[in-house]
Amino acid sequence: MSELLGVWLGAFLTLCIFSFLYKDNPFFRFAESLFAGVSLGYYIGIVSTNTLVPNMIRPLTADFSGNAHLLIPLLLGLNLYTRYIPRIAWMARLSLAVYIAYYVGIFMVQKLQGEVVPQVGKTILHPIGGNFTPVDNLIMMVGVLSVLIYFYFSIEHKRAVGVVSRVGIWFLMLGFGAAFGYTVMGRISLLIGRMNYLFIDVVQITSQYL
Amino acid sequence: MFWKLRLPLMLTFIVGLVPIVTFFLTERVWGVAFVRDRVEQYMVIITGFALLLGVVNVVQGNIRKIERRKPGWPFAVSLLLGLFVMGAFGILSAARVGPFQSILTAPDGSDTPFYWMTRHLFNPLQAAMFSLLAFYVASAAFRAFRVRNVEATILLTAAFIVMLGRTPLGEYVFSWLPNGETFLPWVTEWIMAVPNAAAQRGIIIGAALGAAALSLRVILGIERSYLGIREK
Repeated sequence: MSELLGVWLGAFLTLCIFSFLYKDNPFFRFAESLFAGVSLGYYIGIVSTNTLVPNMIRPLTADFSGNAHLLIPLLLGLNLYTRYIPRIAWMARLSLAVYIAYYVGIFMVQKLQGEVVPQVGKTILHPIGGNFTPVDNLIMMVGVLSVLIYFYFSIEHKRAVGVVSRVGIWFLMLGFGAAFGYTVMGRISLLIGRMNYLFIDVVQITSQYL
Repeated sequence: MFWKLRLPLMLTFIVGLVPIVTFFLTERVWGVAFVRDRVEQYMVIITGFALLLGVVNVVQGNIRKIERRKPGWPFAVSLLLGLFVMGAFGILSAARVGPFQSILTAPDGSDTPFYWMTRHLFNPLQAAMFSLLAFYVASAAFRAFRVRNVEATILLTAAFIVMLGRTPLGEYVFSWLPNGETFLPWVTEWIMAVPNAAAQRGIIIGAALGAAALSLRVILGIERSYLGIREK
């Protein structure tokens, strides 16, 4: 029975969202705000279950003295909330500094080692060979270099640089167009999924209970 | 001054160097693996608290809206209701209390309350909200893609080919040619793999260099806006 209730609830909320296609209305706004709340609640569940319990609460409750060092991140985490107490709000900066600094350090290494180096490596192609034809390899090299020159703002985009950066814009437009087409197809497949849900899943599950 | 500014900046510099230094040192160097693993574990926990910080902000804002009976306050009630019910189910699932054994299915295969809410509220709402964009993307495209210059023409053509090439209709357009069914899908794949990849690669390299430079500015204490300090 809970399945039947659930599927009808899902159908009702889907229709509430789609009602926006007519115009903004209280049903849409209800579903929209419910979605915002449920999403946050969902993250509370995910963070509690996958992060806080296995990494902190379970080790502390199982063997407190052996894992007492975990009180450091616990205190740093709780310290983030001092920002809501005006008199000691500055203390949150300490936790924020630690948190931001670590991820900024990780980010820097990841970006350079995980993105810049491999992407540059893949662009330095032998003209003949690899998975693509020599023309493809040439297009790839010209494309990457011209896009990079377009993003290089330390020199004025005039004469030769201007021409190359114009080619960069064409490549960017082609990339944006392809990405747009790809996104539209993704959204349409989601829409088809919703239609399947409304016209097939709801009907099938309802017929099981009738 | 020391506690409010210099100490956070010193912490930023020291902690920011940890992942960079441990990346360049092998595990054979004494203490590297220990420091790296400990700091990683600590940061995962602090991230959990930081994510929940956003929830506190939303709750505060919406309670204020209800208290002051601002326009649309009943919708703030539905937001908080969804948040508290789903959040409570999530916390109880994490603690494995009673029927709240997991955030997925129960050992007997039935839905736990959290999973039921995920399947019948969160998933339909999320999919419907994103699929709604299909309609607006289409109307936005109509306005944006009016062919005005070379750049717009390239964008329009690429988008059109990619969309058509990924549908069964794309296979029939050139079906009158020998092996014509594969032509448009092939062109689509080529656009995605060569010129699109070149553009994306340029963007990735540029953005990654920019992000690395920003990271360095944060570690060196030049960029301070994340601490709520505005440059004069």
